[in-house]
Parts: sequence; C-alpha cells; structure tokens
Amino acid sequence: MTTFLRDTTTVFSRELRPALRNPVGLLFDMGQPLLFLFLFGTLLDGAVGSSWQWFVPGILVMMCLTGPMGAGYGLLVELLGGAFERLLVTPLNRTAMLVGKCMKATLTLLAQAVLIILLALPLGFEPHAVGVPAALAQLMVFAVGLGALSFVLAVKSAPSGTLFYVVSQSVLFPLLLLSGVLLPLESAPGWLRVLGQLNPVTYVVAAQRALYAGDLADPSVLYGGIAVCVVAAVGLHLGNRAMRKGV
Amino acid sequence: MIHTRGLTRVFTVRRKEKVDAVRGVDLDIEAGRLVAFLGPNGAGKSTTLRMLTTLLPPTSGSAVVAGHDVVKDPARVRSHIGYVGQRNSAGEEHRVRDELVSQGRCYGLRPREATRRADELLDLLDLTPLAKRLPGTLSGGQRRRLDIALGLVHRPRLLFMDEPSTGLDPKSRAEIWQHILRLRETYGTTLLLTTHYLEEADSMAERVVIIDGGRIIADGTAEQLKNDLAGDHVVVTTATAQDAEKAVRVAGGTARDTTVRLRVDRAAAALPGHLRTLDAAGVKVTAAETVRPTLDDVFLTLTGRSLTDDDLPA
Ligand SMILES: Nc1ncnc2c1ncn2[C@@H]1O[C@H](COP(=O)(O)OP(=O)(O)OP(=O)(O)O)[C@@H](O)[C@H]1O
Ligand SMILES: [Mg+2]
Repeated sequence: MTTFLRDTTTVFSRELRPALRNPVGLLFDMGQPLLFLFLFGTLLDGAVGSSWQWFVPGILVMMCLTGPMGAGYGLLVELLGGAFERLLVTPLNRTAMLVGKCMKATLTLLAQAVLIILLALPLGFEPHAVGVPAALAQLMVFAVGLGALSFVLAVKSAPSGTLFYVVSQSVLFPLLLLSGVLLPLESAPGWLRVLGQLNPVTYVVAAQRALYAGDLADPSVLYGGIAVCVVAAVGLHLGNRAMRKGV
Repeated sequence: MIHTRGLTRVFTVRRKEKVDAVRGVDLDIEAGRLVAFLGPNGAGKSTTLRMLTTLLPPTSGSAVVAGHDVVKDPARVRSHIGYVGQRNSAGEEHRVRDELVSQGRCYGLRPREATRRADELLDLLDLTPLAKRLPGTLSGGQRRRLDIALGLVHRPRLLFMDEPSTGLDPKSRAEIWQHILRLRETYGTTLLLTTHYLEEADSMAERVVIIDGGRIIADGTAEQLKNDLAGDHVVVTTATAQDAEKAVRVAGGTARDTTVRLRVDRAAAALPGHLRTLDAAGVKVTAAETVRPTLDDVFLTLTGRSLTDDDLPA
C-alpha cells in the first residue's frame, strides 16, 4: 500500500510539475467554470434558486466528462516518443501509474468544482453540507475511471491517434445528451429514455443531484455510487491489461 | 544474466496478416559482458529487447533476465535492469533535471537521494549546463546522452540499449561510446546493445550476435566470426584474363576478369608464397593485396545480402 501511494505520488508530481512551471494552463482550467456560470447564469436569469440546484450538479458531471476524458491526450504524445515505454520499464506499480496519471485531471476537476460551488452560492445554489463532500468524492472516483478509460483508448489508437479523437468526440455528446445533464429525459420518447437508462452517466447525474439536495438516503445515490465504482474498476482493469499486453 | 529458450514473438497486424518478428531465439549471456546485436532493419532486434525488458510478452518461449522470469515475475526483472529505448526517453514537457529526478523516484529513491543522483548523472554525462532545458531544445547527441542518463539512475547491473548511437555524427558517436565504455569499467555493468553500424559491433563488442529475419544466424567474437565465416583473402590482379584462369588452376581461388581472390588463413603470411607460386607458373601479376574480412562479409556469406545495402531506415 505504501508503495502504491508513493508510486501514485511520483507519477502525479511528474505530471504536475510542467503545469506548475507554466501555470497558464491551470489558470485557463480555472477560468472555465467562470465561463459556464456566466453563460448559464445569463440563461437562468430571473429563474428561481431551484434551477441552480438542478444545473450545478449537471455542469460538474459535464466537466468530469470533458476533462478526464481528454487526459489520454497527454499519453498519446508520450506513446509516440519513448517516454511512456521508459516509465513502463521502471518497477512502478501499474495501477498507481494509471491513477497518478489521472490525478492531475481529477484534482483540476476538484478545484473547478469547488470554485463553481462557491460562486454559485450567492446566486441561489443551496448545497447540503454533508452531501457536498460525498458528491465530490463520487465525482473523483468517476474522474479516475474515465481518465483510465481515456488512457486505454489512447493506447489502442497509437500511433496515429485518429481513433482517440473519433471515439472521444463521438462518444462524449451522446453520453451527455442521454444522461439528462442538460435537458431532462422525463419528457423524451420511450426509446430515448431506455437508452438513457443504459447510460451509466445518467445514474451519476441523478446521484449528484440527490446528494447536493441532501437526499442522502435516496436510492439514486446508491446506483450512482455503483456506477462510478464500476467505471473505475473497468477502467483500471483495462488499463492494466493494455500495459501488460505491450504498447 | 540473460537466458532465453525459443523466444518468439508474432505480431498480428491485421486479422489474417501475421509478422514473425522473432523466431525461436536461444541466448545465454554471462554477467559483465558487452554484447552487440547486429542486424538490418526489421531483423527483430528491438522486439527481442522489448521482450527481455518486460515491455512485450513473448508469444512463446521463455526468458530469464537478472535471475527472474520476464513473464512470471516482471516486477523483479524491472528493478534490476536499465533500458535505453530506440526512441527518446524524456517527456517533451519536462525539463532535463526534472525527468532525472522523476526517474529516480520511479525506482523508489527518496526525494533527496533522487535529486543527488540526478546531479551526479548530469555531471557524468556532461549535461549540467542543459539541466533546465526542455528535451526539444537539445541536439541529437545531447538527447541521447540524456536517454542514457535516465537508464542509469538506479545503477543497474544490466543495461539494455537499443541503437544508442544511431543517427549521430561521428563525434557524438565517439562521445556516447566513451560514456558506455567508462560505465562498464567503473561499474562492471552487463551491456546488451543493438546497432546496425558494423564497425561499432566489430571494435567495441566482446561478442557479436548477428540476427536476421528474427533468428540468430551467427554468434561469437568479431574475430571468430570473421575468421570462421569470411576469412582473409589474398587478391591479385593479373595482366590478362588468361593469366587469371591459369592462376586459379595452379593456386586455386576464384577469378573475375583479371582479379583473382583466394581465401587463406593469414593473408599477410600467405602473400609472398602465393606470389612465388604464380611467378613459377609464369603468371604475370601486376598488383597484389591482402584483404581482412569485415562483419559485412560475414553477413554476406550467411545471407547473400550485404548489411550496408539496407542501412537506410525501411
Ligand atoms: N507493434 C508492432 N506491430 C506489428 N509489427 C511489428 C511491431 N513491432 C515490430 N513489428 C515488426 O516486427 C519486425 C521486427 O521489428 P523490430 O523493430 O524488432 O526490428 P529491428 O531489428 O529493431 O529494426 P530497426 O533496425 O529498424 O530498429 C519488423 O518486421 C516489424 O515490422
Ligand atoms: Mg529497432
């Protein structure tokens, strides 16, 4: 376990250092929530506080899909050079490598989420005190899972990378639209609702909304928790397998 | 240090298309050796190295590296070996010194130790003035030195290097070799490297393993290979083609136009006698020389192809 933590830290700090040396990217990442809030705030102008209650968790899940899903891009670059191969020859724990690589995107997401929550407070967002940490923890697990899947996709699409762009672009929007992040699915036709129910993101969105609202005992919280754990387990398993099979 | 039996790797390119990159390699390398894998593009050098360094699971066969099986116990193998890949090892976004420190941390060094070791290596490989640069701003030779530094962070007893000197100018190549030889002298590191530079394998390696089409086709010291498989030649030029034919009749060898080649044990010692024989037979010789074999002649004898023909990247 200590080796695991040490290796995760090693990989994470390697990923983070260039960003700290040149923090423009990090500032840009932090600007994104402001943009979202400004746009949504304008759209929701005059709407009641409950709209924020519905939108903020949605925005957070949406950012979770765009940020960590793009985490594999960095790996694609390292795969084309020899840097990833070099790391694979070291005794680093493989799962720690995956988690460490996802950590930058995950912690960026955490900072963005906290920023959004804080900024939305004066606008009428009323998050539940216990629900917030639980919701954030769930989001982190989801982010690690998505990040790991994104790495698997990067490994599969090397050397050209085409597959990476095609899949990440074409999967992202259906996942988002069919999850009820932006528009409720209740009024959608039956077949669309069925598709929505097959989409793990749907459960995460529902769980997040319940947690921020303070409905901690709502069954959706359990389903959402299961969904993120399954995504994380599948992501890490496939990631490990991809590294074992050789890149 | 390295023992392989029937090591084989098949790549599936498309559904039906298979590439036999490595076919049944048996190899035993004792500790402390400097062994060179020599072979043309696509011979399977990198694939073999990638299997020995746990990057690629073998399709069949076995390999024990530094005392541990690469398939059953890859983690143990990794902590004992160093690897300098064919491509550059440093991440493009990372400063030279940062990468060296990270690499030390990857091998479990404490932060302070990793920093100290990084500075030591910067010094050892003359990289100190470049410590804060990004790899993209380094010259080819400087980048290669950084790759080697990264492979040395944990003082491995066994170091694999895939074409450490390819693409460098003669001066940088000589520098890289200076570092490699010093490393061996200081730490007694076992070195397995690949190259397609003949002279390099010839002059630097204690043992040359020639690999072609995924198989080992020859294995020994450069001297042995050259003596056994190519041998010295005495080459004489005669005045006329008839004289050349006559020379072949009296002394053997092969003639082409007015040039006669004769394989002998030691060319320098054989030349005077050969000339006397030809003179006595009335063959008029206009020029004579002794030819020492090269590893290219060895490769030519074995495969009917020249190594230098396909020296260009495939
Ligand atoms: N990932 C891969 N997928 C499919 N085929 C591969 C793969 N890697 C190598 N090969 C094939 O295996 C064969 C051996 O390749 P390898 O890279 O081991 O050659 P090499 O001796 O290192 O050549 P070079 O001197 O060009 O580096 C080649 O025919 C190559 O096309
Ligand atoms: Mg190669």
